[in-house]
Amino acid sequence: MIKVENLVKAFGPKLAVNGVSFTVERGEVLGFLGPNGAGKSTTMRMITGFIPPTSGRITIGGFDVVENPIAAKRLIGYLPENAPAYTDMTVMGFLRFAAELRGLRGAARDKAVERAIELCFLESVRHQSIDTLSKGFRHRTCFAQSIIHDPDVLILDEPTDGLDPNQKHEVRTLIRRMGEKKAIVFSTHILEEVDAACTRAIIIDRGRIVANGTPQELRQRSEMAGAVTMRVKGPTAAELRDRLQQLSTVRKTLFVKEDGPALCARVVPSPTALDGQLEESLFDLVMREKWRLLELKTEEGRLDEVFRSITLPDTAPSKKE
Amino acid sequence: MNTDASVTSQASVAALNGPRWSAVGNVITIAKRELTGYFTSPVAYVFIVIFLLLLGFFTFMVGRFFQRNEASLFAFFMWHPWLYLFLVPAAGMRLWSEERRLHTIELLLTMPVTAWQAILGKFLASWAFLAIGLFLTFPMVITVAYLGDPDMGAIFCGYLGSLLTAGAYLSISSMTSALTRNQVVSFIISVVICLFLILAGWPPVTDLLVQWAPTWLVDLIASFSVWPHFETFQRGLIDSRDLIYFILVMVFSLFTTGVIIRSHRAG
Repeated sequence: MIKVENLVKAFGPKLAVNGVSFTVERGEVLGFLGPNGAGKSTTMRMITGFIPPTSGRITIGGFDVVENPIAAKRLIGYLPENAPAYTDMTVMGFLRFAAELRGLRGAARDKAVERAIELCFLESVRHQSIDTLSKGFRHRTCFAQSIIHDPDVLILDEPTDGLDPNQKHEVRTLIRRMGEKKAIVFSTHILEEVDAACTRAIIIDRGRIVANGTPQELRQRSEMAGAVTMRVKGPTAAELRDRLQQLSTVRKTLFVKEDGPALCARVVPSPTALDGQLEESLFDLVMREKWRLLELKTEEGRLDEVFRSITLPDTAPSKKE
Repeated sequence: MNTDASVTSQASVAALNGPRWSAVGNVITIAKRELTGYFTSPVAYVFIVIFLLLLGFFTFMVGRFFQRNEASLFAFFMWHPWLYLFLVPAAGMRLWSEERRLHTIELLLTMPVTAWQAILGKFLASWAFLAIGLFLTFPMVITVAYLGDPDMGAIFCGYLGSLLTAGAYLSISSMTSALTRNQVVSFIISVVICLFLILAGWPPVTDLLVQWAPTWLVDLIASFSVWPHFETFQRGLIDSRDLIYFILVMVFSLFTTGVIIRSHRAG
């Protein structure tokens, strides 16, 4: 549905987006990750046809956004950053306006408005003026606007920004549910959201894609992926460290520390160890030594660690072109 | 499920209705929203009251409507370009600057509408708003009709000229409001440009210019002015040249509005 090829956007001499390419098919939810100022919003603005790309091509359902903007825009629902809305309108009035611009008239318009109000839990504020709404309601009003015509493509710029945890959860559930039938791109810098709602994630930094894969695949890139944490009762710390060191499946022991009456240790598997071999050898060790095993847990790798390792912080000195 | 299907089919029906109809529909939708926007805030009422009070003051006190003892509305219409000088930029300053300040412009221009439809819709809404204000001066017409036997054709021409002048000023305000997200800046630039459009052809200024500038230059400058075109209408004449002048000013300003908006988006 969404096809982006070699997208470039220059603001003066600065390249905000530099050669971004990806595709999103129906049934996919693509998480767009990246530090602030990485080019997420700029990319989304180009996809939705708000700003023209400096070079590159974007097609939505086969329509080129630059050459055939109206046809492409018809297929898109867009929630811009900070959820702008006409503050002098009521929620109903605003949604009706959006529906009419989407070509819905009369009964079809009213039906679409009712559906959006229901999906976004706006029933209690439907006649309220938008400038009197709390941030969460306002956000959901703008979100309702983006789904009013049941679009095939949804572009959501930080859809959970400024919502409380319950609302965040609701919006994520909604995104995941709608993602079954649509192509969705949403940007966020909250990593847990990627797990909660995405089928695929792209990490973008300084205008370039630095990682692209399922949340699982991204986690594999973490240092910690595959590491095993164990809690055991019986040995002393030195004893445990010594025994762990002797196992051929262990590359390195990250730490051994006291944890109440027990000991807690984390080990990284050696590159030759097959999947599950490390856990097996640890269990055998415990049995052999007649210790008592309290916990054995395989770490999946953490997204935030991957994120930190492949994107540069804002505070790092930037390379001059 | 059912609702989803019918919503989608309705959308495609609207799409099938052809680009021309949907273009008109979009302009009307945008204009309707904009016009409602005026009346949901107190701005509209304050504006109309001030407009009517000032017109009354100038017509009766400064223009000496009764002392003239004429069955015409000349003393009434002659103040319009001066009043519009401040009131029209005040009505038009929010057109685009507000959209940019609230970032709703991003919402509006990512809808399946063209920038021209949005510009035209907003312009027509503001113009309609000014027309409503102007319409509310109808007691003046009733007054002269009661007191004497005025030339109704001339009065109609007067109103037409006044409305076109307001439209010309408004298109300029639309242009300046696209320039900045600050309404005050938009207002001031707009007033300056409109002032030029009045003064360039206002007799006291042209008389002054004639003393040192060559006639062709004075004529050239004066040809930019609304004043001579406005005056023709006040004499009860509808001249195609005057109509063309007003249409050109509006088309040019709205076109420039589009160029400015496009350049903002290009970054």
